[in-house]
Amino acid sequence: MINKTCPTVAEAVADIPDGATVMVGGFGASGSPIELLHALIDHGARELTVINNNTGNGEVGLAALIGNGQVRKMICSFPRSSQSKVFPKLYREGKIELEIVPQGTLAERIRVAGAGIPAFYTPTTVGTVLAEGKEVREFDGRQYVLEPWLKADFALIKCEVADRLGNLTYNKTARNFSPLMCMAATTTIVQARKLVARGGIDPESVITPGIFVNRIVEVSEPVHEDTLIAAERSYP
Amino acid sequence: MSTGWTREQMAARAAQDIPDGSYVNLGIGIPELVAKFVPEGREFIYHTENGMLGMGPPPADDERDLDLMNAGKKYVTALPGASYFHHADSFSMIRGGHIDVCVLGTMQVSANGDIANWSTGAPDAIPAVGGAMDLVQGVKNIFVITQHTTRDGEPKLIEKCAYPLTGVGVVSRIFTDLAVVDITPKGFQVVELAPGIGFDEVQQKTGTAILPPT
Repeated sequence: MINKTCPTVAEAVADIPDGATVMVGGFGASGSPIELLHALIDHGARELTVINNNTGNGEVGLAALIGNGQVRKMICSFPRSSQSKVFPKLYREGKIELEIVPQGTLAERIRVAGAGIPAFYTPTTVGTVLAEGKEVREFDGRQYVLEPWLKADFALIKCEVADRLGNLTYNKTARNFSPLMCMAATTTIVQARKLVARGGIDPESVITPGIFVNRIVEVSEPVHEDTLIAAERSYP
Repeated sequence: MSTGWTREQMAARAAQDIPDGSYVNLGIGIPELVAKFVPEGREFIYHTENGMLGMGPPPADDERDLDLMNAGKKYVTALPGASYFHHADSFSMIRGGHIDVCVLGTMQVSANGDIANWSTGAPDAIPAVGGAMDLVQGVKNIFVITQHTTRDGEPKLIEKCAYPLTGVGVVSRIFTDLAVVDITPKGFQVVELAPGIGFDEVQQKTGTAILPPT
């Protein structure tokens, strides 16, 4: 019998080794898997390469993972925001690497990795410093830049509803990068607000088919990054 | 010397040039104000990069949904007929040429339509590109809303951008506090002056030659 459920977030992340590449779902606060991130802090894996659109906010979730010195390199499109202070400080001190990737290119690099396509041409960045050193090719009279796939060892994902097969639904704009990351990681770990029986999700409503998911933990009352920041919380 | 258009008036003026039925993406800052000024009788569908078509205005504080944000990480609402999708679909809409108009803020625009709005290139600056480079390449019409000069009075409409480029030759029209300006094969062209603003003032505050209204 297939049963991808896992009893605790601690067990779900226990085999993430030092040096792993980890995709983290979410766009800013929405969709950020805070409980899985905090479990990864407790677990303590270091020298991580983390892929997310941003670099976290306040001193919780992704920002706390970075602040705890566990991240060697961030791959993201927008590393600063009004409430990000941990990453900017470490970056200016030269203590963390940054690979800046345009948001659409970041999404597509993740998507093609999950789809088995090693690279693609995109018009994004043509004529800019972010295209320097990359292959440029002309199609139908217009220039395009070659971008490689982006894979990961693990993905940490927050979803709304999951079943034991790993079929997932999301909530509103909390979906963002998560369905792509589920496809692109070797091991996809999901925290679900609600775990339902097989058949509990209408097949027409499944956003991420279970084939892309490896582990599911029910976190029925997930904390939200903005709520934690408003309460001036930090982790650990 | 007159003060020209306010931020809200610039946004309202830009909204006038968006055709009925357009799919529109609004950048952060003054461009966000465009949504408040949909001209009578027109319907726009707003796209946000983080995965929604049909974005509505901000909710009341006690009606916020923590899973419903825009690309600027601000809380928004979903209008009837809205749809949610993942990031690859969202940027397929952008790169695939399905979005009709994008309104962006900027640091600099050059006379041939180059735009620089993501980094000053300063050694201690943290580069943050977001979706800007995808938008300028993929959206059919790139509108820019910006003050005509910086706070220090330096021109933002110049011959060649000094800051790192976001895109080359992509801007079609600029809405400033002083004028509406088109990018043409001959460079900047004033198409409309703000009330009380003379062409000489616009030329004086532009970093290169600009053509008067015809």
